[in-house]
Amino acid sequence: MSNLAWIFVSTLLVNNFTLVMFLGLCSFFGVTAKIETAWRLGLANTFVLIITAVSAWILNTYVLTHTPYLRTIAFIVVIASAVQIVEMGVKKYLPVLFRQLGIYLPLITTNCAILGLALFQTSRHYTFIEGLVFALGAGFGLTLALSLLASIRERMEVADVPVIARRMGLVLVAASCLSLAFMGFAGMGSQ
Amino acid sequence: MTTTVAPAPATAPDLIPGAWPPAAPEFVPGAPPPATLWADTWRGIAKENPVLVQMLGMCPTMAVTNVLANGIAMGVATTFVLVGSGLFVSLLRKYIAHEVRITSYILIIATFVTLADLLLAASFPEISKALGPFIPLIVANCLLLGRAEAFAAKVGPVRAVADGMGMGLGFTLSLAAMSAVRELLGRGSLLGFDILGPRWEPWVFMVLPAGGFFTLGLLLITAAWIDELRRKRRMVVAK
Repeated sequence: MSNLAWIFVSTLLVNNFTLVMFLGLCSFFGVTAKIETAWRLGLANTFVLIITAVSAWILNTYVLTHTPYLRTIAFIVVIASAVQIVEMGVKKYLPVLFRQLGIYLPLITTNCAILGLALFQTSRHYTFIEGLVFALGAGFGLTLALSLLASIRERMEVADVPVIARRMGLVLVAASCLSLAFMGFAGMGSQ
Repeated sequence: MTTTVAPAPATAPDLIPGAWPPAAPEFVPGAPPPATLWADTWRGIAKENPVLVQMLGMCPTMAVTNVLANGIAMGVATTFVLVGSGLFVSLLRKYIAHEVRITSYILIIATFVTLADLLLAASFPEISKALGPFIPLIVANCLLLGRAEAFAAKVGPVRAVADGMGMGLGFTLSLAAMSAVRELLGRGSLLGFDILGPRWEPWVFMVLPAGGFFTLGLLLITAAWIDELRRKRRMVVAK
């Protein structure tokens, strides 16, 4: 398998950002009550991820070469600005989606998936194209995980479950089963 | 071209700056009600526990709790950042413009996270290596921004520090509880010491990512079950 395709499949399935690496769990549990909102937030996240990957590469290559200790601060500022841009765009062109996402849209800033992508990209020394593919795989992986959990939760709404498990408890157990299913991909690519 | 003249701010005649006795403390909208320092600290540990009640900061909760030592280290690092950023957000609360407050809070938090990262790497290199990118990821912990916005920005520095301590302790305790369960069942040991003996067959599931979701799910269901039992008992007593 070529390197780029492997990076994509690896971040999409084998090391799925949400279910295997535990990144972006707040929105994973926060907005997955309805499937439409879930996959749309996933796409908004993908967009921010791609912007972040490009900016992180530029920062790493041209700006932060001698000051690695400023990395966290520089990344978070770039992410906050990118989220601001996406928020303004969504508010102008998709007002319905803007209302549905509510607080979770500005909260993309504190979504660890975004900062995590920038940090992993740095520690793995990805080139520009590799970083872009990495962001794409991570974004689609996030969207996939959000939609899967949302469809499970929509079914659970109508199921008859014990009172004590009705809130987040059962959702976490369902997420655990999903994560276990994704562990099935773990052997891939290790021929 | 017309210019709109801003209306002069309505000042009460008795609120003259520098007058003695000083005017009543200014009213901050949405400020938490006054409480003792002990109540400020205790709130984070029990009633508004970050993990078990507020469900904030889930990513480190799941990701680093496969071993007890990592869970405690992450809790302590987060407490450090909570206290430090709470103190500075509270000290600077009158100088930060409302429009740029979120960015300013994030910058303060990121500064303390960088400090914690470098301190940990210098003093405990192997734990720092095990936690890897999850120490810089404390910046993205919603708990920190949540406390800065909801509490530290609206109260004095002493209360902000007390709240940071309480939230940090509550976070550390939840992380310790989760990682103790996972390490004991997944490896048969605690803090690296063998507890359950060589005949214990480790539950690999508990160390896997899926085990993290599962353990927290069980903890939440147990908490809800205890709540339900207490509610039923209260109803019986009331009858």
